[in-house]
Amino acid sequence: MVLVLAIGDLHIPHRAPDLPPKFKSMLVPGKIQHIICTGNLCIKEVHDYFKSLCPDLHVTRGECDEDSRYPENKTLTIGQFKLGICHGHQVIPWGDLDSLAMLQRQLDVDILVTGHTHQFKAYKHEGGVVINPGSATGAYSSFTYDVNPSFVLMDIDGLRVVVYVYELIDGEVKVDKIDFKKTSTTRSAH
Amino acid sequence: MLSELRTSKLSPHKYYDLYMRAFDELRKLEIFFKDEGKHGVSVVDLYELVQHAGNILPRLYLLCTVGSVYIKSKEAPAKEVLKDLVEMCHAVQHPLRGLFVRSYLAQISRDKLPDIGSEYEGDDGTVMDAVEFVLQNFTEMNKLWVRMQHQGPGRVREKQEKERNELRDLVGKNLHVLSQIEGVDLEMYKETVLPRVLEQVVNCKDDLSQYYLMDCIIQVFPDEYHLQTLETLLGACPQLQPTVDIKTVLSRLMDRLSNYAASSADVLPEFLQVEAFGKLSNAIGKVIETQVDMPAVGAITLYVSLLTFTLRVHPDRLDYVDLVLGACVKKLSNIPKLDDSRATKQVVALLSAPLEKYNDIVTALTLSNYPRVMDHLDNGTNKVMAMVIIQSIMKNNTCISTADKVEVLFELIKGLIKDMDGSDVDELDEDDFKDEQNSVARLIHMLYNNEPEEMLKIICTVRKHTMAGGPKRLPFTVPSLVFSALRLVRQLQGQEGDIVGEEVPATPKKIFQLLTQIIEDLSTVPSPELALRLSLQCAEAANDGDLEHVAYEFFTQAFVLYEEEIADSKAQVTAIHLIVGTLQRMNVFGVENRDTLTHKATGYSARLLKKPDQCRAVYACSHLFWVDDQDGVKDGERVLLCLKRALRIANAAQQMANVARGSSGPVTLFVEILNKYLYFFEKGNQQITGAAIQGLIELINTEKQSDSATPDSASDAFLASTMRYIQFQRQKGGIMGEKFESIKL
Repeated sequence: MVLVLAIGDLHIPHRAPDLPPKFKSMLVPGKIQHIICTGNLCIKEVHDYFKSLCPDLHVTRGECDEDSRYPENKTLTIGQFKLGICHGHQVIPWGDLDSLAMLQRQLDVDILVTGHTHQFKAYKHEGGVVINPGSATGAYSSFTYDVNPSFVLMDIDGLRVVVYVYELIDGEVKVDKIDFKKTSTTRSAH
Repeated sequence: MLSELRTSKLSPHKYYDLYMRAFDELRKLEIFFKDEGKHGVSVVDLYELVQHAGNILPRLYLLCTVGSVYIKSKEAPAKEVLKDLVEMCHAVQHPLRGLFVRSYLAQISRDKLPDIGSEYEGDDGTVMDAVEFVLQNFTEMNKLWVRMQHQGPGRVREKQEKERNELRDLVGKNLHVLSQIEGVDLEMYKETVLPRVLEQVVNCKDDLSQYYLMDCIIQVFPDEYHLQTLETLLGACPQLQPTVDIKTVLSRLMDRLSNYAASSADVLPEFLQVEAFGKLSNAIGKVIETQVDMPAVGAITLYVSLLTFTLRVHPDRLDYVDLVLGACVKKLSNIPKLDDSRATKQVVALLSAPLEKYNDIVTALTLSNYPRVMDHLDNGTNKVMAMVIIQSIMKNNTCISTADKVEVLFELIKGLIKDMDGSDVDELDEDDFKDEQNSVARLIHMLYNNEPEEMLKIICTVRKHTMAGGPKRLPFTVPSLVFSALRLVRQLQGQEGDIVGEEVPATPKKIFQLLTQIIEDLSTVPSPELALRLSLQCAEAANDGDLEHVAYEFFTQAFVLYEEEIADSKAQVTAIHLIVGTLQRMNVFGVENRDTLTHKATGYSARLLKKPDQCRAVYACSHLFWVDDQDGVKDGERVLLCLKRALRIANAAQQMANVARGSSGPVTLFVEILNKYLYFFEKGNQQITGAAIQGLIELINTEKQSDSATPDSASDAFLASTMRYIQFQRQKGGIMGEKFESIKL
């Protein structure tokens, strides 16, 4: 059992002052093995905070990030799964699942984690799964008027990944979960 | 043995050891004396007998011992014996020896005082007598103790002071005894005990004694007594020697009273009844006035204690709190800028106390003297305090909800908002500066009111202050302000209902005008990339509000920024992504406006520096001509034109690579374009045929197999997964399956 936190689009301090206290109390060091961050933190303070939760931190560049040295996209292997990260402002039309599927094929990954729209999505298609953890602070987004703060925790176990999404709705944390299985025949080894 | 006590050679510490040994022996003697049967002498006679002892000191010790037995025997009234003894001790005027013999008297007489309820009470002994006895002993002991300091010069003096200090508890014990006497009620304390004790304290004119005894009084007697005798107690303070650390004494008194107040709510009315606050602040004022040489740190420490007291006892009396701050301001005005770090620390403590007490910063904002105290801090500390204030707001999630309060708040934190006189900005650490400004940026989100009118006022107030921050600060503060304003626009758009006839100042249009100006402020920095991002955000918001002209203006602003100020290649690529991505989502534009903007965007894309960037930007532009959920913008031809153009650029890139490096690059770009072909093919673009896709696949395969090809696993995998996708779609069956069947592989 490997826990991977997928989180992003916090936009601190430009669009939000801080993570919701209820999220902060849930995210404690030592429980998570990897952090995948879609970008738009935006300042070093947030980077350091994530680093304190878990030293294995992967960040891709969002258009508002103070540090422009983050990569445009990144791939990594966790257990049996290949994951890809990309903020998503580079994929036009924004939020378009077919265009994201193309990126997924290009990066050759089972799970693509992407952001920018501040809307939680978990979408399975022929080539794999696209996950958008939304905005952890519920920051202003031109995509939707109703942004609930959210993040995703993935539990990777063998060929199975359980995606837990945590959303702050009306002051309460609501959890939902989705199961994905990978058939070992889908991929040829690289 | 008792003669040994006559020595002058021992230090107080050693003398004390000797004394203790003697004390033990005397206990045994006392038991012997008591047993009249053993020695056959009546206690009265005994009392007479021992007075024949040769030297005065042993004589007195024996007398006291017999006296103890005498009182116990009840053959004479306790008060008589005690009076006799206490006066006899006068004979020893040597300070050290005298102190100990009187101490002995005090020790043995403790349980024989004619207190209420004691067996010694009666016609011949009342509480008054007991009190009188103890007071007398105390007075004499203090005189002896004071006398110890007048012996010797300079360094010897220091040693002597230390030795003197070791003896102080002997004197203080008497006060302790007084506090233990049952019969000493508030009345007696007020009328007799306190006045007499204070008389001695003041008259002895010795700073060591005065300090110790004042403190002793405060610690030993109950707090209710102190409250009721506050005036008397405080009245003694200005009469003390100027070298006495009276501020510590007063601080401890206030601390005790604060704790007393905190112990139960029932005692609070008492505080009001005796006007404790008034008396204390007057006393402090007098002390500060008379002790002109008192350093700033002393005075401020006093005010900190008084403030703590006030916050505990009268937390609802903000006027009292303000008074304390005002008194401190007055004191600070008489001295130039504070440069004593301890004093500065105390001022910070003074300012932090109300913040901690009233978690709601808004309360602190109503204290008129608060900003005035802050003005007296040096620039560095002022900023530290400003950060404390901001952190208090963030921690307590406080919302500042009126423009007036925002004004006061920004006045308080002005050290962070703009350059203060005399501050050298260059020497400020860059990271610290960033932290400060990011804190201010976060703070802006805490300034909020549900009422659009008030919220607009707040935004204008914030803008006014942040503009004074200059180019260094604007990149930090402008984004927060812009998003605050955009949130207000959204709120208004949601509320668009009946707008009553009279002028409604807060409208989306007005706010967009304000936003244009705010973004223009960034040109002074300059910060074109930030300005471009913010302009596009505003364009999208205008789009949501159906304001075509406003949206067009913001796009113009963005395009001008791109053309004139964004020269860095990487920044240009990002800017193009944002421009094309935003434009793709716009539905407010009429055909002409949309055409102009699209044409411009496509042009920029084609002129990016690196060929791969060009290629990708151009095929991204294809989406500008095909929007899924809108009727009308589904121009299949122009989509294909874009894709073909992208293809030409990809080809050119391959040829260039051949010439420059001797081998062509990976076929990735072609595969990307292939995917785009498939995308529009699926969406139903008639211009894209199965044959065209076939052709493209063949082209890719040819490129891969050519002599100059560089094998690349990533592009191979990409192609493979794309082919898998085509297969998958074929196998779907139905309309999609049929469509994909037309691609012959």
